[in-house]
Amino acid sequence: MERSEEYIKNERKKEWRVELQKKTKAKDRMTIERVQMPESAPEERIKSQRIEVNKGLTAEEAMREATRCMDCVNPTCMEGCPVSINIPKFIKNIERGDFLQAASVLKETSALPAVCGRVCPQEIQCEQRCFYVEKLHQPAVAIGHLERFAADFERESGKISVPELAESNGIKVAVIGSGPSSLSFAGDMVKLGYDVSVFEALHEIGGVLKYGIPEFRLPNAVVDVEINNLRRMGVKFITNFIVGQTESLDDLKEEGFKAFYVGSGAGLPRFMNIPGENSNGILSSNEYLTRVNLMGADAEDSDTPVLRGKNVVVVGGGNTAMDSVRTAKRLGAEKAMIVYRRSEEEMPARIEEVHHAKQEGIEFSTLTNPIEYIADENGRVKQVTVQKMKLGEPDASGRRRPIPIEGSEYTIDASVVVVAVGVSPNPLIPNSVKGLDVSRWGTIEVVKDKMQSSIPEVFAGGDIVRGGATVILAMGDGRKAAANMDIYLKEKYLSQKVEH
Amino acid sequence: MNKIVEKENFSEKVVKIVVEAPLIAKARKPGNFVIVRVGEKGERMPLTIAGADIKKGTITIIVQKMGVSSIKLCDLKVGDFITDLVGPLGKPTEIHNVGTVLCCGGGVGVAPLLPIVEGYKKAGNKVITVLAARNKDLIILEDEIRKNSDEVLIMTDDGSYGRKGLVTEGMEEIIQREQIDECITIGPAIMMKFCALLTKKYEIPTMASLNSIMVDGTGMCGACRVTVDGKTKFTCVDGPEFDAHKIDFDEMMSRLGGYKVEEKDKLDHFQE
Ligand SMILES: Cc1cc2nc3c(=O)[nH]c(=O)nc-3n(C[C@H](O)[C@H](O)[C@H](O)COP(=O)(O)OP(=O)(O)OC[C@H]3O[C@@H](n4cnc5c(N)ncnc54)[C@H](O)[C@@H]3O)c2cc1C
Ligand SMILES: Cc1cc2nc3c(=O)[nH]c(=O)nc-3n(C[C@H](O)[C@H](O)[C@H](O)COP(=O)(O)OP(=O)(O)OC[C@H]3O[C@@H](n4cnc5c(N)ncnc54)[C@H](O)[C@@H]3O)c2cc1C
Ligand code: SF4
Ligand code: SF4
Ligand code: FES
Repeated sequence: MERSEEYIKNERKKEWRVELQKKTKAKDRMTIERVQMPESAPEERIKSQRIEVNKGLTAEEAMREATRCMDCVNPTCMEGCPVSINIPKFIKNIERGDFLQAASVLKETSALPAVCGRVCPQEIQCEQRCFYVEKLHQPAVAIGHLERFAADFERESGKISVPELAESNGIKVAVIGSGPSSLSFAGDMVKLGYDVSVFEALHEIGGVLKYGIPEFRLPNAVVDVEINNLRRMGVKFITNFIVGQTESLDDLKEEGFKAFYVGSGAGLPRFMNIPGENSNGILSSNEYLTRVNLMGADAEDSDTPVLRGKNVVVVGGGNTAMDSVRTAKRLGAEKAMIVYRRSEEEMPARIEEVHHAKQEGIEFSTLTNPIEYIADENGRVKQVTVQKMKLGEPDASGRRRPIPIEGSEYTIDASVVVVAVGVSPNPLIPNSVKGLDVSRWGTIEVVKDKMQSSIPEVFAGGDIVRGGATVILAMGDGRKAAANMDIYLKEKYLSQKVEH
Repeated sequence: MNKIVEKENFSEKVVKIVVEAPLIAKARKPGNFVIVRVGEKGERMPLTIAGADIKKGTITIIVQKMGVSSIKLCDLKVGDFITDLVGPLGKPTEIHNVGTVLCCGGGVGVAPLLPIVEGYKKAGNKVITVLAARNKDLIILEDEIRKNSDEVLIMTDDGSYGRKGLVTEGMEEIIQREQIDECITIGPAIMMKFCALLTKKYEIPTMASLNSIMVDGTGMCGACRVTVDGKTKFTCVDGPEFDAHKIDFDEMMSRLGGYKVEEKDKLDHFQE
């Protein structure tokens, strides 16, 4: 959200902030070392999918880390945050020990701070733009850890503030999908007085937060608290409902829905189309993670099976690949390996995940690319043929392009292979709604900053608009869409109502 | 929602269930399927919609006991609720008036075949149906199929009912007897494979409805992928019906066994 510089400056001049600024000298702040996130021991945590790796900061650790923050006149960190969280304001509240206030600052702009504190790629967002990094070439203030601390504190205190709701205006809006983008949209709209219904195809609410990101990174309980808050605020959740199949957009219009937000995500897994890829034992990261995270297949008493293997190879270098390979380890793989075609530097995964994966004994084979799978007589994969790669000139993504090295092929043993090479937009909605402009890549076209599609009453955001992106970007889109849909609906319906 | 209002045992292994699902009843078309889940630890299981009653707001599913999930579903009683039920899924069958249609159903495959037979009949086709099973007890829905077919031929492996022999033997007779404009086959993969080989010989356009392993049924996981005409397709969103002459049935059969060991473990565990 854009926020005026003036507002930020004035906030900074508040008495309590000035007092804190004076209390500790800048020089002393700079001598504090960046806090280390306490972690579960690698050999313990790999025994279960459900032991959270990062344990969270203590109040004392959080306050000390908050003291490092300079409360900059020009807080560049905020420019790095896609939703412009007022970072110094929340951090200074932690410094002074008012953790609930810190949490409420987060909630001014972010619907799910406990989630973002855990999964944002901070090192390329807020933290990359921190004064410490830009000017001192030192480790950034641990903004993500602090964000998680404040949000967790609020949740655990049981004193979650339910925001004030505007008087109900009776206008029905429908939300398609229940990922982070939809949740943040729903939260804003219900606050504005709309009658909000969220339709989800799966049997669980949360989108990728539930079926994709594993519990060792993001416990379901954290997500559920937020969902229950929305429920208490009046948002209706309808699971097992596929818009476009169970009912069409037109059916919903007839039932009185005046506008729609499409947050249907980028659910379609990509494969590499190389020989042998349809052998048994080769599956998409979506299938693998869904079986474990949504269906609980790691537990003995779940009816859903999952493949366990001695040697598991995961192809890819993003968060999805890291989540898959670490899941494999937790399912008992003796050897779990990443095969990635570029070098570690180009890996799109969060640095922390790569670091944690290494602690857990994950092997990395970078600059290697699978070119063929070899199956046994039962059609089950037994080996992957890979080829060595070298890096050439940067490509469109700005990363150096991998080039195969002829004659460098060799094989790796694998009884399970997880393909995590990206996803495409979910085609269900683009295919089922007439008149909706869709790009060459299958993403829904929207007017930037408004998130309005070619159909005026249909807004969209998150991965269905961006392709695979991040939780915080998806949430930011939800907020923008809510603000603009509010204007659209008020002009269209409420002014009319007044006239009549 | 999802309340079971009627249940009938066709045989020891095959059960018909009528369940409340008003929206799905209204939206479904022949060829569509649903995904059900029984219990909080339950698995997502695809099942064809064998029929629907829009007025009563119910759909009919016909389930064969295969493993844990299908047994759990069949164990539910009238008045019980199915934990989750979502649909309709998949592309509907493309039904046109083409002339004479040969419909072939094997085992529990007759359940998904029924709405298609109904559809072809309604569209004004002459419908000839071949029902096949190992023995008499496994022949299901005979009356309903007869009601919508101009001719019905029943084949059993052991000759305990209808004629003794394989489905393809019955089919070939009919094909040699009269002009067949289109064929559809639903049943075990091996049966569909041989049906396809037969109709290819006679160059009759043929569709097969595939029962791949699925998880979400919305195109999200790729568990259901099959090779059709050399390209990878997802059965749940691109199918479940494909041009039978272009399906790689050998790969499909192999993929059906992809979780065999794990499924057997679950069943052993369940039966303990
Ligand atoms: C394994 C994995 C790890 C990730 N790790 C990170 C990370 O660490 N940090 C980060 O920032 N990002 C991460 N991401 C990316 C991030 O999760 C996504 O960018 C984000 O979830 C997108 O949110 P969304 O709301 O657009 O859609 P999604 O979260 O994809 O949710 C879309 C929902 O819509 C439902 N749906 C689709 N079509 C319909 C329909 N027609 N009717 C009803 N419902 C429908 C789907 O079932 C789904 O539940 C990760 C992604 C994955 C897969
Ligand atoms: C689109 C579609 C429509 C279907 N319609 C029906 C229907 O109307 N009625 C019905 O009874 N079944 C139908 N099926 C098949 C049904 O989904 C499976 O039989 C069921 O999932 C088995 O689950 P289970 O846990 O009981 O057995 P599992 O323990 O999963 O399997 C038991 C045994 O069956 C084999 N098997 C697993 N999945 C399948 C499968 N999809 N097809 C054949 N064998 C399999 C396994 O290899 C294993 O040996 C359909 C499948 C699809 C994809
Ligand atoms: S939401 Fe993400 S980018 Fe923004 S401050 Fe929090 S951790 Fe940083
Ligand atoms: S840039 Fe860094 S030091 Fe400055 S306000 Fe932001 S977090 Fe604090
Ligand atoms: S069942 Fe998951 S993509 Fe078809």
